[in-house]
Amino acid sequence: MITLLYFARLREALGQSSELLALPNGVATLDGVRALLAARGGAWAHELATGRAFRAAVNQAVASGETPVKDGDEVAFFPPVTGG
Amino acid sequence: MTVRVQESDFDISAEIAALRAGNPKIGAIASFIGVVRDLNEGDAVSTLTLEHYPGMTEKSIEDIITQARGRWQVMDALVIHRIGTLKPLDQIVLVVVSSGHRGDAFAACEFIMDYLKTRAPFWKKEQTSNGARWVDARASDDAAAQRWRQ
Repeated sequence: MITLLYFARLREALGQSSELLALPNGVATLDGVRALLAARGGAWAHELATGRAFRAAVNQAVASGETPVKDGDEVAFFPPVTGG
Repeated sequence: MTVRVQESDFDISAEIAALRAGNPKIGAIASFIGVVRDLNEGDAVSTLTLEHYPGMTEKSIEDIITQARGRWQVMDALVIHRIGTLKPLDQIVLVVVSSGHRGDAFAACEFIMDYLKTRAPFWKKEQTSNGARWVDARASDDAAAQRWRQ
């Protein structure tokens, strides 16, 4: 299982702040997780489409599409940051 | 270094006094305070609500301070960032850097703030005369962080 977290605009658009997900065989990268979620359709497909302005982190470190994801990881999706 | 994410306000005098207490090697202290404006993109702002990613926020700011320490002579650094609902005139963020000399203190303070704006996971939602909206990231903030790479 991996823990998925969603923040800010994505949390509202996807209607949840966190969930547990069983990692299917063959899904081993951040982009693999993104594609799995986007395949749910609706807001998931819209918000997590390639080319959309979202950021992601694996285990609380900024990640890119190729970043490995394995069982037990914490994966977060969120909009570009606007603090300060 | 000290990083705090908190709902409560901060007192810059008390924070600076604590940062420099008993250290006669400090010759310069630079500070920055970010404050809530009453206008954004032409609309009156009544409140601002800040959300963050607990854990990653603190780690990312600590990493930014560590990077600043690698580039300038920094004796100590403090970052306080508020979360929750704020209103115009409220303080949002404080950066304080102590150093032997002013050049390092000024540069490290600005670097920390520029990197915080583009890397620390905070998000602002503002309540305006036109309803509630998430604040969009600004290209000018990316450009400000980018110039430190040159």
